[in-house]
Amino acid sequence: MADYALKIRRYDPESGEAAYWADYDVELPPERSVLDGILQVKDREDASIAIRCSCRAAICGSCGVRINGQSALACNTRIGEAAERARDGAITVEPMGNMPVIKDLVTDMEAVHWKKIRRVVPWLLPAEEPPEGQEYIVPPEAMLDVTQTMACIQCGVCVSACLSLEVDPEFIGPAALAKAYRFVGDPRDGEHESRLKDLAEDPHGIYDCTHCFACVEVCPKDVAPMNQIMRLRRKATNDFRIKDSNNGYGHEKAFVNIIEKWGTLFEAQLLPRSFGDGSLIKGQLRPQGAKQLTESLPTVYHGLKSGKVNPIKALVHPKLPDQKQVRRIIKEIESQDERIELNLYIVGEMAEETE
Amino acid sequence: MPKHDVLVIGAGLAGQRAALAAAEQGTSVGIISKVHPVRSHSNAAQGGINAALNPEDSWESHAFDTIKGSDYLGDQDAIEIMCREAPGELLDLEHLGVTFHRNEEGRLGTRAFGGASAARTYYVADITGQAILHVLYEQLMKFSEVHRYEEWFTTALVQDEDGRIAGAITRNIRDGAIELFQAKAVILATGGNGQLYDPTTNALICTGDGIAMAYRIGAPLMDMEMIQYHPTTLAGLGLLITEGARGEGAHLYNAQGERFMEKYAPNKMELASRDVVSRAEQTEINEGRGFPDGTVALDITVVPRKRIHEALREIVNVGRDFAGVDITREPIHIKPGNHYTMGGIRTDVDGRTSIPGLYAAGECACVSVHGGNRLGANSLLDTLVFGRRSGLHAAEAVHGLPLRDPDLAQLEDEERRISGIVDRDGSGRRVSEVKAELGKTMDKYVAVFRDEDGLRTGLDAVQRLKEEATDLAIDDKGAVFNQDVLGALELQFMLDNAEAIVLSAIERKESRGAQFRTDFPERNDDDWLKHINVSANGSEPEISYSDVTMTQWEPQERTY
Ligand SMILES: Cc1cc2nc3c(=O)[nH]c(=O)nc-3n(C[C@H](O)[C@H](O)[C@H](O)COP(=O)(O)OP(=O)(O)OC[C@H]3O[C@@H](n4cnc5c(N)ncnc54)[C@H](O)[C@@H]3O)c2cc1C
Ligand code: SF4
Ligand code: SF4
Ligand code: FES
Repeated sequence: MADYALKIRRYDPESGEAAYWADYDVELPPERSVLDGILQVKDREDASIAIRCSCRAAICGSCGVRINGQSALACNTRIGEAAERARDGAITVEPMGNMPVIKDLVTDMEAVHWKKIRRVVPWLLPAEEPPEGQEYIVPPEAMLDVTQTMACIQCGVCVSACLSLEVDPEFIGPAALAKAYRFVGDPRDGEHESRLKDLAEDPHGIYDCTHCFACVEVCPKDVAPMNQIMRLRRKATNDFRIKDSNNGYGHEKAFVNIIEKWGTLFEAQLLPRSFGDGSLIKGQLRPQGAKQLTESLPTVYHGLKSGKVNPIKALVHPKLPDQKQVRRIIKEIESQDERIELNLYIVGEMAEETE
Repeated sequence: MPKHDVLVIGAGLAGQRAALAAAEQGTSVGIISKVHPVRSHSNAAQGGINAALNPEDSWESHAFDTIKGSDYLGDQDAIEIMCREAPGELLDLEHLGVTFHRNEEGRLGTRAFGGASAARTYYVADITGQAILHVLYEQLMKFSEVHRYEEWFTTALVQDEDGRIAGAITRNIRDGAIELFQAKAVILATGGNGQLYDPTTNALICTGDGIAMAYRIGAPLMDMEMIQYHPTTLAGLGLLITEGARGEGAHLYNAQGERFMEKYAPNKMELASRDVVSRAEQTEINEGRGFPDGTVALDITVVPRKRIHEALREIVNVGRDFAGVDITREPIHIKPGNHYTMGGIRTDVDGRTSIPGLYAAGECACVSVHGGNRLGANSLLDTLVFGRRSGLHAAEAVHGLPLRDPDLAQLEDEERRISGIVDRDGSGRRVSEVKAELGKTMDKYVAVFRDEDGLRTGLDAVQRLKEEATDLAIDDKGAVFNQDVLGALELQFMLDNAEAIVLSAIERKESRGAQFRTDFPERNDDDWLKHINVSANGSEPEISYSDVTMTQWEPQERTY
């Protein structure tokens, strides 16, 4: 048993008062959870603290909160570890971010999370009538593969942590895009291309993610939403060659081409190449490319002014000394019959082989 | 006043399946859940779902295993229906998009489960319940005709003058508003009551609400004494280690390193029925061969690591996060713990209860397909088959019927009752205190081994707690997300469940399935091959009996 100080963000919509911090003490073994701590306060001291919870085992997805500022499930955060990371000795618990608060630690997930989930047409659209009296025959790996996104418990913790969402509340977001992969990766679904096209064309879709890794870090079920977003992009660009008006396709191609050529990012070439599906010449010739380039001029100007873009660096970019290795890696990857995708259910298998 | 032809209360597997089945018939359907549907406890089912789909397997074999598992208390007509319809139900789920495990040929693959004579458990890694629940919810989002009331809490059922069901009274958790929902038929799918026990594998929401609501309006509860203790739960928290672990080959050892199941079930070993394995473990522990923390050891390290990662990932996490044990490298300490309620609201094979217009399906119902002991992976099947059958039957039955006029005084009474709880001055005990005492009482006196004295002590305690629960202290006086008042309502539901359980356990003077009486250690088919029913007639509970339906399987001695 040890004593812990909890600082809980309280908010009562009926009181007419603003949210405030309230302090509580709890007594628990360090391996118990922050949720157990909150439940102890409710049981012994103040049952009016509102928090959604049910399974106590990271299964139901109810108890997403922010602990010491970090988005997490309260039931699978050990109280002892949270106390070690706490500033000023008290573990802070506040409602999830990027969502309105209803009361205390309860957020309005319907208004944000579930709306975004419904945005991605979250049900199977079968390619064909189900076979009579039997199952669809599909490769075992494909089922294991989508099982990683099926493992999502819709807790919203990634939504709470997503940096892009903070800037663009319209962003479809990590959980919903991971849900989209669950269908795009499912061989039984017949709408892969139209789903991808839709998510690529949406200005708040797959190209709105800034690869900040926050969702991967906080997800309690290892769904790795960012990885699923990247896989959606790869499918959109490589498999279906979807050229979207957000220019995500060109951007991706330009990125790879630049790395292949120089080994590191040559920023000055990224923009023009992006408008030419990766090619510099095409990018400068295309009328729509020229238009978009012109529209980007203010950004370039700001870059020059702030020193981020340097006119000399814009023209010459050093190659990596062992640039050949980079090319070799790219060739190697391209020569694979199938793309190597990271998936946790399959990683287990690989881990075994390398042991 | 919201109005629907069919009102489903509960949005776990049983409720969602019922709602979809009714909606497909073109009826107007409302579905209510006190938590968001995907938070329902069905998501905790790790192991899988049984179906005799493989051509080498047969529904008869599945039915026989179920009947034997039930210690011959299950109704054989209902079991036949469940086992015959299982393959179709499973294929339906697959067609809707459940990502079931495949074998090398890309066809559905199985794992072994306890009490079964063939490997007939279909699964999605160890998130089977979650995967099915989320896929059904996908369908519910698609069927926008089904009206979802998410985070609404039903407090009581209402009838018309003739006693026919007329709707339900429900509180909107978000703003505290109380509404009378009018309906031609009501399907209860409110799940089990594991929270009566401490510890339990069940989630905090499993408080037996529907069972109590039906009981209060006179529907008989059946087989309530049959409470399943699962053989592999973590000491303390009560979290479940799926039977899938033993299905994949894990062994049980006592503290002396003996694989003790050799003594109790030489043929099926760790895969005997749950009641048998739990009793074996408890015997080892009681006789001093357990570990000092009152447990025995489950050794999963005998399962290949690759297989563990692919098929038992969730329990790798549970072991790591909640017990600090890497199950791929060392044994984990476990003990029997409260898990499942075989009994519930008595229904026929279409989900009909004794109250006209009221149906029940899933864990809150008792058809009875599980009798004295449920086989692993039969419960998901039960929720789906009888959820669908209830939805279909209700939709057809209400076709052309008018809405019933509920007695509006019931709404006023209920409003008064609830505001009475909220406005209490706070002199009584806290909800949490009463609940904790109930949990310890049940786990002590109404557990794996029972006897008359203990059960009587338990009954006295339950009745005293029931009295205390009429005067609970309430901290929260607000309307928005007042979980304190919901907790008080749930506690009252739980105490009704507890009373019915203890009374039934006292009544059954024999040992069968999950009920083991140390004072009556034998099964006694001559006197007790029958169901015990409890109903609340007025306020005093009344006991009655009903027959067990036999079709083609005569009771035999039960060995594994
Ligand atoms: C840890 C664990 C593992 C399991 N593993 C397996 C397995 O592998 N295979 C298997 O076959 N079975 C398994 N089971 C059993 C099985 O999961 C359950 O029996 C089954 O899911 C119950 O489903 P249900 O639809 O009846 O109820 P639930 O899923 O519990 O749903 C109940 C619903 O009712 C709602 N509700 C309750 N009260 C109210 C109210 N007052 N007002 C409004 N709504 C209300 C809830 O919100 C919820 O939506 C397991 C059980 C547990 C605990
Ligand atoms: S990686 Fe993308 S989706 Fe994930 S949190 Fe960052 S911006 Fe959001
Ligand atoms: S992806 Fe992970 S963090 Fe996001 S909702 Fe799903 S389980 Fe939660
Ligand atoms: S309580 Fe279910 S996820 Fe935390």
